[in-house]
Amino acid sequence: MSRLIFSRLLQAIPTLWVIATLTFFMTRFAPGGPFDSEKAIPEEIKIKLEAHFGLDRPLFEQYILYIQNLLRGDLGPSFKYPEWEVSELIATAFPVSLTLGVLSFIIALLIGIPGGMIAALRRNTWMDYLPMGLSMAGICLPTFVLGPLLIFVFSTQLALFPPLGWYGASDWVLPSLTLGLFYAAYIARLTRAGMLETLQQDYIRTARAKGASSWRILTKHAARGGLLPVVTFLGPAFAGLISGSFVIESIFFIPGLGKFFVTAAFNRDYTMVLGTVLFYAILIICLNLVVDLIQALLDPKARQAK
Amino acid sequence: MEANKQSALPAISIFWIILFGWTWLALGCSKPSNVETAIDEQVLHFGLGAEPQHLDPHLATSVAAHNILSALLEGLVSEDPKTLKPLPGVAQKWEISDQGRQYKFSLRKNARWSNGDPLTAHDFIYSFRRILNPNLGAPYASMLYALKNAESFHQGGKSWQEAGVGVVALDEHTLVLTLKNPIPYFLELLNHYAWFPVHQPTIESFGAYEKIGTAWTKPGHFVGNGPFSLTSHQINSVIEVTKNQSYWDAETVRLQGIRFYPIEAVYTEERAYRSGFLHLTQSVSADRIDFLKEKYPDELHFEPYLGTYFYRFNVRAAPFDDVRVRQAFSLSIDRQRLVDKVLRGGQSPATTFTPPGTGGFFPAPGFAYDRAKARELLDSYLREKGLDSLPQIELTYNTSEGHKKVAEALHAMWKENLGVEIRLLNMEWKVFLSTISGGDFSLARAGWIGDYVDPHTFLQMWRSGDGLNMTGWENQSYDQALRLAETSTGTAKRWESFQRCETILAEEAPILPLYFYVHLTLRHPSVRGWSPTLLDHHPYKYVYLAKEAHP
Repeated sequence: MSRLIFSRLLQAIPTLWVIATLTFFMTRFAPGGPFDSEKAIPEEIKIKLEAHFGLDRPLFEQYILYIQNLLRGDLGPSFKYPEWEVSELIATAFPVSLTLGVLSFIIALLIGIPGGMIAALRRNTWMDYLPMGLSMAGICLPTFVLGPLLIFVFSTQLALFPPLGWYGASDWVLPSLTLGLFYAAYIARLTRAGMLETLQQDYIRTARAKGASSWRILTKHAARGGLLPVVTFLGPAFAGLISGSFVIESIFFIPGLGKFFVTAAFNRDYTMVLGTVLFYAILIICLNLVVDLIQALLDPKARQAK
Repeated sequence: MEANKQSALPAISIFWIILFGWTWLALGCSKPSNVETAIDEQVLHFGLGAEPQHLDPHLATSVAAHNILSALLEGLVSEDPKTLKPLPGVAQKWEISDQGRQYKFSLRKNARWSNGDPLTAHDFIYSFRRILNPNLGAPYASMLYALKNAESFHQGGKSWQEAGVGVVALDEHTLVLTLKNPIPYFLELLNHYAWFPVHQPTIESFGAYEKIGTAWTKPGHFVGNGPFSLTSHQINSVIEVTKNQSYWDAETVRLQGIRFYPIEAVYTEERAYRSGFLHLTQSVSADRIDFLKEKYPDELHFEPYLGTYFYRFNVRAAPFDDVRVRQAFSLSIDRQRLVDKVLRGGQSPATTFTPPGTGGFFPAPGFAYDRAKARELLDSYLREKGLDSLPQIELTYNTSEGHKKVAEALHAMWKENLGVEIRLLNMEWKVFLSTISGGDFSLARAGWIGDYVDPHTFLQMWRSGDGLNMTGWENQSYDQALRLAETSTGTAKRWESFQRCETILAEEAPILPLYFYVHLTLRHPSVRGWSPTLLDHHPYKYVYLAKEAHP
């Protein structure tokens, strides 16, 4: 187990380097620059600004400098908001996205897994059709439709929750529900498929023949195998959830990370693009590792393969 | 087996109960809306539209930054809340001499910084010197070129003393500004944040004299002299200011604070307004006008705004190197129809480049609608060149539903009136900007918002070689007329020269003015002391919140 962790962390180093390098050059080769604006600034001022941010040096020198700073853990100031360090912006926005992501994740699991299990256990009855129909609707309904819909019902009509903002616990409900329901739909379908396959396995039949209770079969035998595809999906899904969602953040006016991901690219905010991309890459790497560890715990075959 | 299966179901449903329990717990947190509590607190909840890039007045460039900085800082003069005419600010009074070339400001003795330090004439000298410091790279440094020798100092090489910039402090409370030539709107110009003072000890302690992006603008560090002080700044969430008790006119200030919310998504901002989260919105989506007109007839405001939406021709390349083609394109646009049928947001058709009434200047309409003449001009061009039709023309615009709507409408008008087929080409914002400034376009969308209420802010950009011109168009007579307007003092003489500029623009048509902007906003009836102004400036010290309905 510790060898697995160690080798994965070792593999992460070249991966991150490749990502940083690719992102660095891709952002620089995109047309336009951070200081272009409609009220065009005089050329000599643009030169001063570029010199201030080191953009006047040869590209390769900038790259070396960037990697050196990166090794020291310095992401540099944002080009768009120079009064803020990139790491400072990520550190402010990440807790917000983490809260939203974890809440949505819990909702997605609480609805998705039981929903999928019921559907699998009661295959081809209304208890299968109803959750699966809803989950199909959930997958088809984009968050920018579901969000305003939930706001209309729970905020405008029933006045139960605030329609936007991120100032208190009551503000958390609608955005996490919107994001959670969307993921719940996927999880329910994956759970159902995984459970159906497992429930037909011989060892389940054996367990039943031995007189194990349905609850025991479900939790002790079927869930372990049935939830494997879900666990594989959960790693990247969790990384996606906690790194922010631009759409949800726009709809609910939430100061999360998702906005930086998108606007940094539009603004040619080079340091911010690199900061967010690397941050996301690290999240994915860590969570994939966690997924592998959980899978090894759940599945003896996977444990041996590794 | 059936019975066994069922026994699992109650356990599963426990999950659901937990979920709903959590939801119901959160229910207890519902509280009264911002607008409901605001009257007692006298806190204005302000839709800011976008997160300001800088809170340093010498580096800021946006409307959002103006909205914040005008709360935190005050210049030599302030603005009348209705007319924006200059009123005493830090300067109690002023004398103008040398035929409008010299301004002697007497600074009030009770003017203080928010930390209690006295505010003196030297603070202004320090600030002007900082923004003009070439190493700072201040985007609006050229605003101060109005001062004698400021340009030569900013262009570098000379020291402040050598350059002899026209700023002198006679004593702690007397500041004399000498201009390079008389500028009739000079006092109005002083209300631009480029002229606002900054606190030297704060700037120095962060090394911000010539360094961009230091932490001096953060809450707890920022020292201002305006009616409000910065108390919190959470990026993409809220910027909060509270009443500054050391402000010289604190008695007039009725608001206890303002909370600015940088909500970029227009629909979200509208929802925020409708739920009582905001007192006013920065904008309103055009497709919501009908609904809002019906639901909030007294709260939806169409206010004039000093801006022109137009297209640039690239006169460096065929076919727009020929004035007949440019004229034909311009004459075949029915601007009234565009405004009435397509935009439907209260805009007015632009028959000049300068919005009529800018500083009292009403230019004669130049850009007209005349299909027959348009056709005639185009035919004459095609005959001369021996062509059957024009080569493929591309109309470039930055990706946006609004710009697309206008482009499609014009596409239809040109097709109908000229028989010309153009191709619409949308681009991502930064790609668009670099394409246009590189001159790689034939016809491109643009917009211009005035920086001060004078025709000069519009007409100066068409000077030959100006960085904002970008059409490649150069005209000696235009440059002469503009120069004359800049150096004349009498209003009649200036208007005459500006009119000459407008006439040349309409004859030569390097641009295609389409419509004048309006500022579309939702504003709660409890907001008082707020008047529509051309620059969308609203001096906060006169604003307050009251219960009674509008008179």
